Amino acid sequence: MCENCGCANSTGNVHLHTHNAPHLSQPRQVEVQEAILAKNDHLADHLRQKFHQQGILTLNLLSSPGSGKTSLIERTLTDLGLDFSIAVVVGDLETDNDAQRLRGKGASVVQITTGSVCHLEANMVETALAQMNLDGVQLLFIENVGNLVCPAAYDLGESARVVLLSATEGEDKPLKYPTLFKTADVVVLSKMDIAEAVGFDRELAMENVKKIAPQAEILELSARSNLRLGNASIQSRTGLESWYDYLQQRYQMISSKKTSLEAIKPTSEMIFSTLK
Amino acid sequence: MHEVGIMEQLLAIATEHAHKEGASCIHTIKARVGDLSGVVPEALAFAFDVTAKGTIAEAASFEIERVPAQCYCTTCQQLFQPSTWIHECPHCHEMSHDIRQGKELELISLEIS
Ligand SMILES: Nc1nc2c(ncn2[C@@H]2O[C@H](COP(=O)(O)OP(=O)(O)OP(=O)(O)O)[C@@H](O)[C@H]2O)c(=O)[nH]1
Ligand SMILES: [Zn+2]
Ligand SMILES: [Zn+2]
Ligand SMILES: [Zn+2]
Ligand SMILES: [Zn+2]
Repeated sequence: MCENCGCANSTGNVHLHTHNAPHLSQPRQVEVQEAILAKNDHLADHLRQKFHQQGILTLNLLSSPGSGKTSLIERTLTDLGLDFSIAVVVGDLETDNDAQRLRGKGASVVQITTGSVCHLEANMVETALAQMNLDGVQLLFIENVGNLVCPAAYDLGESARVVLLSATEGEDKPLKYPTLFKTADVVVLSKMDIAEAVGFDRELAMENVKKIAPQAEILELSARSNLRLGNASIQSRTGLESWYDYLQQRYQMISSKKTSLEAIKPTSEMIFSTLK
Repeated sequence: MHEVGIMEQLLAIATEHAHKEGASCIHTIKARVGDLSGVVPEALAFAFDVTAKGTIAEAASFEIERVPAQCYCTTCQQLFQPSTWIHECPHCHEMSHDIRQGKELELISLEIS
């Protein structure tokens, strides 16, 4: 049952009102005071509760088109597929190419083709999950539509938001698209194998991320190689290993069941939730 | 351009309230849009013109109340108003991530009959 409203069924969250006031002809003022995305937020909360109960770590992956979301998920499936049961929901405007790339890597994958909608919403995720067997699933990746603007406002029930910034797209992306970066729990600097070749200023990128998203953990990696980054001593973890460490850590938090639902809420929840 | 989607949600809420009140016409819609909401007021107003056509809000005037950003600095224990998306405390220059105001995206009130 729903914590917020006591409703028995979360599907669609249609809280219908039935009473009919008599029609009055005189214009009158009605106070509403309702969050415009309340329905989405409500459903997202239901999803988060469900993930929490089932011990599933759910990550919402966001970036510009082509920053490497699918590649990072592919690589993670290759490297962690034996240790974790992983499911993926992929959103794209058109085609199921991404889903095809991810199938055959051992994950169950559901594609959401949004048509003209430039972001995923909680009800789309709910519909996609209905086509999927979540029993035993430990990690759920939601690859959002490639877009740095619109997905920011939509909570999908995730416990963390991962925003990718690739070496090829310029260091000032966080300053140009602050809304999304503001909501990040993790910022991944991706395609770092070609950073030098494309003249990517890593320091400047980090500085910009820290200005907009001081709360975010910053990871740098390449989905293509076992790059050792940061202080490049032999003992240091590779970028991918740090990413896997992060996943392990977050997963432990969720699966230990000792962690409250409150504690696994993403940063974005604190940001986009005034009236609920 | 997710303003159209946002507007569809807003109109759905407005229409539901109007019906509930037995009204057949919406004259005014007042919305609150925070500067950090990610929604551009001009785009939202444009989306209203497009989306409200053919609904009971078609002739309504759409008013937006903007809400400036406000952050809290835990070090200085005081509120400040950032002027950009870089939420640096003007006193101690630390970055704040405690947003107290500016993320609103709300339907405030309606005038109906
Ligand atoms: N050099 C290099 N190329 C990469 C890396 N990751 C992804 N790419 C390439 O970048 C291109 C886009 O990668 P995708 O993984 O499809 O990006 P995406 O973010 O899923 O793209 P959309 O779903 O269209 O938004 C592909 O040609 C990848 O091979 C990387 O770490 N290094
Ligand atoms: Zn409910
Ligand atoms: Zn992709
Ligand atoms: Zn859009
Ligand atoms: Zn301060």
